[in-house]
Amino acid sequence: MSDARVAVRKTYKLFIGGKFPRSESGRSYIAQDANVALASRKDVRDAVVAARAAVKGWSGATAYNRGQILYRVAEMLEGRRDQFIGLGLPAAEVDEAIDRWVWYAGWSDKISQVYGGANPVAGPYFNLSSPEPTGVVGLVTPPSFLGLVSVIAPAIVTGNTVVALTAHDAPLAAVTLAEVLATSDLPGGVVNILTGDPAETAPWLAAHMDVNAIDLAGVTDQTLATSLEEAAAGNLKRVIRPAASTPNWSDDPGLTRMTAFLETKTVWHPKGI
Amino acid sequence: MFEYAPAPESRAVVDIKPSYGLFVDGAFVDPADGAYFKTINPASEEVLSEVAEAGPADVDRAVAAARKAYDKVWSRMPGRDRAKYLYRIARIIQERGRELAVLESLDNGKPIRESRDVDIPLVAAHFFYYAGWADKLSHAGFGPAPRPLGVAAQVIPWNFPLLMLAWKIAPALAAGNTVVLKPAETTPLTALLFAEICQQADLPPGVVNIVTGAGETGRALVEHAGVDKIAFTGSTDVGKAIARSVAGSRKKVTLELGGKAANVVFEDAPIDQAVEGIVNGIFFNQGHVCCAGSRLLVQESVYEPVLASLKRRMARLRVGDPLDKNTDIGAINSAAQLERIRTLSDIGGEEGAERWSPPCDLPENGFWFAPTIFTGVTQAHRIAREEIFGPVLSVLTFRTPAEAVEKANNTPYGLSAGVWTDKGSRILWMADRLRAGVVWANTFNKFDPTSPFGGYKESGYGREGGRHGLEAYLDV
Repeated sequence: MSDARVAVRKTYKLFIGGKFPRSESGRSYIAQDANVALASRKDVRDAVVAARAAVKGWSGATAYNRGQILYRVAEMLEGRRDQFIGLGLPAAEVDEAIDRWVWYAGWSDKISQVYGGANPVAGPYFNLSSPEPTGVVGLVTPPSFLGLVSVIAPAIVTGNTVVALTAHDAPLAAVTLAEVLATSDLPGGVVNILTGDPAETAPWLAAHMDVNAIDLAGVTDQTLATSLEEAAAGNLKRVIRPAASTPNWSDDPGLTRMTAFLETKTVWHPKGI
Repeated sequence: MFEYAPAPESRAVVDIKPSYGLFVDGAFVDPADGAYFKTINPASEEVLSEVAEAGPADVDRAVAAARKAYDKVWSRMPGRDRAKYLYRIARIIQERGRELAVLESLDNGKPIRESRDVDIPLVAAHFFYYAGWADKLSHAGFGPAPRPLGVAAQVIPWNFPLLMLAWKIAPALAAGNTVVLKPAETTPLTALLFAEICQQADLPPGVVNIVTGAGETGRALVEHAGVDKIAFTGSTDVGKAIARSVAGSRKKVTLELGGKAANVVFEDAPIDQAVEGIVNGIFFNQGHVCCAGSRLLVQESVYEPVLASLKRRMARLRVGDPLDKNTDIGAINSAAQLERIRTLSDIGGEEGAERWSPPCDLPENGFWFAPTIFTGVTQAHRIAREEIFGPVLSVLTFRTPAEAVEKANNTPYGLSAGVWTDKGSRILWMADRLRAGVVWANTFNKFDPTSPFGGYKESGYGREGGRHGLEAYLDV
């Protein structure tokens, strides 16, 4: 008999509303040598309900509060650094992903000043434009862990909530990230993560009438990307198309992944005595 | 009501040609298949002129002209020189302001008071504002050397014809793009006069191209493979069709679509001012305003006095000749629009809302609709849900601020909203919660070139005006 300890294996499940359910369909599939939940259309809908329910609290939280929670996520990521590396991710990518998360955390209380401001209108009016979150954002995430972080963090830091569909063949880092998020004071429902086959679930997300926007970063099939964008037009979702060429997630991300999911609100009021 | 003597603005200032070609590559040209359509004065149904109907071959030609001008001239021109052309245009618009105002009122039906005091001054202001950005793009917050997109296809509506042209063309040109613009089929004339202004300013040929026509022309333009950017203002249905049609392309799109704005009046609001704001919100420009305050939400405790005061005020609105300087409400823009307003208003009555209009003599010829309010409206009524785009106000009530927010946001649209209250903290509380791109507090229907305008949800995406308006025309 061997001395080797019998390991406790992990069951990789979905992350919806802060909980870890299996797929309501009871389905699973094998990816990265593990059984992983295969999300269904109904799971997509449940995740959207959870994301919508979380909008009020998360978008209404102070920017300082959101920044601290996102920074807390980075602290938890750092603590689990070896776990991500154990999934086969290059250490450099894990480090970059943690740093990327810290970078986005700091934007929570700065984006309004950079992207909004007072407008010098030709009349006696106070006139201020401020960015606000668009609401519930669907994400078809890329297989790279740095890519995953680089689409989730910019969407939520401004106050949106998300439903993220993970790449079919690389779900484990996303589920591990869900475990990080669940222990970081992030309110349940702000990030919902569905493993499975995005080719099956993304059309339901793109066509869902209670989703405000969708990021197609992880879609590599041009035909699927086109049909998802067409479906998204049904309620005029804000759409980030897949990059024209394979993106290098190490590049400076800029502001566009945040600003694409912001709505500028302009408030007028007369001045007078 | 006082009897007013007629005070018509003179038409003599405008010289309308019997026929207009398409403005392509700096010159007026005949359409390839020789098709023309008539444009009329909606206040009299008199034919004003005939205008070329651009087919696919004409759109091709215009896009090619814009591409050539982009590649060879405009995208290479230093920003400071683009700025000077735009400043020239702004100045000529100011110089020819009265002419443009009269022409706008003739072709659109809006009161001269509005075209003269609102539309045309804002047109000039838009060009003046964006002119100044042309040589400052590296400071606009979009990186050190933001690039233009290329050829912009722009399709605009009939409610503010020249103003919508300015919102589209001024930022596009400032950012270094060239444009092909299609004005609405019922209001092409000020766009064609603008083409003459481009000639007068010696704007290089092909930088601005104007193709007239109806929906098919617009479709040919936005679906043209040679355009890099689409900017559309119009109905949500067409906006969705455009969003579908560009799926899978690299075309960048901004959409400014419909609205069903709530105008929320709290019990502590100064009622006389609120009533002026309600009237301005829904009857300005005959209610042909995407951001019109078409749903009045009144706090129950002041419902009676607000309604009484509103009706008194409405009885004093002067409906009639758009060129009369005393006119408050002009003509409905077209027979088709009048039909839509009548249909939805009839449905309002059939669904159980109570209809009221002041006694009002309407001219015999032309398209007219008396200012109208519906009371007893519920959120399920079609007149509370659908954009009527006419002088028709639906009145609903609420008890608590939370209920007001709930009702105001209960729409797929999200373009604008109004709040009337004397309490500062309540204004800000409401402004935070209203899901709309523009919130007017203790005012309504104010516009400025420096101030971003655009919608949430199904009212579209992208902003026009201000620094934000540049983003729509830069590769960022």
